Amino acid sequence: MSLPDTTAIAQADIATGSDLERTLSGRLEIFEMTQAAEEAVLRPGEVGAWPHDLRAACAARIAALNGDMALRDRYLAGAGAAADLADPSSDGSDREMQAVLAFMDKVAADTRAVEKADIDALKEAGVADADIVRLAELNAFVSYQIRVIAGLRLMKRSRP
Amino acid sequence: MTTVLKKFTRTVPHWQPRVRPVDLAQATEAQLDALQVTPSNTKVSEYVLTLAHDVESLKVRSPLFNAIMYGKGGMNRAERELGAISASLVNGCIYCAAVHAARHAQIEKSTEVTDSLFRDGAEADLSPRDRAIFDFARALSACPSEATEDQTARLREAGLTELEILDLILSTALFGWANRLMHVLGDPVRPDGQDR
Repeated sequence: MSLPDTTAIAQADIATGSDLERTLSGRLEIFEMTQAAEEAVLRPGEVGAWPHDLRAACAARIAALNGDMALRDRYLAGAGAAADLADPSSDGSDREMQAVLAFMDKVAADTRAVEKADIDALKEAGVADADIVRLAELNAFVSYQIRVIAGLRLMKRSRP
Repeated sequence: MTTVLKKFTRTVPHWQPRVRPVDLAQATEAQLDALQVTPSNTKVSEYVLTLAHDVESLKVRSPLFNAIMYGKGGMNRAERELGAISASLVNGCIYCAAVHAARHAQIEKSTEVTDSLFRDGAEADLSPRDRAIFDFARALSACPSEATEDQTARLREAGLTELEILDLILSTALFGWANRLMHVLGDPVRPDGQDR
């Protein structure tokens, strides 16, 4: 038996023949669909205002905010010219990017504090409604994937 | 007029988008396909029309959501809902918390657990198994995750199988996703005079 090649499974580093591999084999389609979702939010055909390298930089930044440096490095590899933005201390070079990064950080790390004013700030910085939805989907997916990986690592490390 | 809700509630509110949803009359072929709009099915929620701005994500997320929340075997439906509720409480998603508390209550035929969660939060009076699930799911929902090996061990001590633990991780993480759409892209509202 071999598990599909997905980011979540690779990051959790699940050994062939392990009990955890057998457990995951009951949910393979979920891991395959999770990988399809990564393609859709990180490398979509229709990018809107956010090219693939910028999306990868944002994903790396969110991973860093979550303290997952291995996942940060994986996404950083695709960040190209946008790599500087993956550093959570970087606040963006222009007004639009500053608004985008402030929004992404808050959605990732202080979700409950997000309010309508945060969406209005993006609109005022010139971000279109469709591109606001794209940012939220990217952030939301990466936040999900990070927790799946964190959970798998805990299952592995805490085995009786 | 409507009032934006600021507190958790059992009564499912209306969801009011903060961005303009896709106009069905002007939707592209790809959007109509993802929305599964047919001549006999033209009812689409404002939430789904909002997400239709990012049609590729919408199309992959719905089947993933169904597989995680309703997949056969493993953790029972009510406990997956408890994972969803725990994440929604951490992330302040009033809408998701209300919807999934209602589903939990419907499956369990009792509001006892969710009443206690809404009333007492972290101090809710829960069975040892629900307590282990709730504590793990809340911790996993923090940023960064605060879930520990001890909490994972407590899930096993409470009788969860490995597949049930995996299902809890998936349902809790999934609401890390859903909350960041629902709570971020819209407001939970109630017509004035019906605020509770």
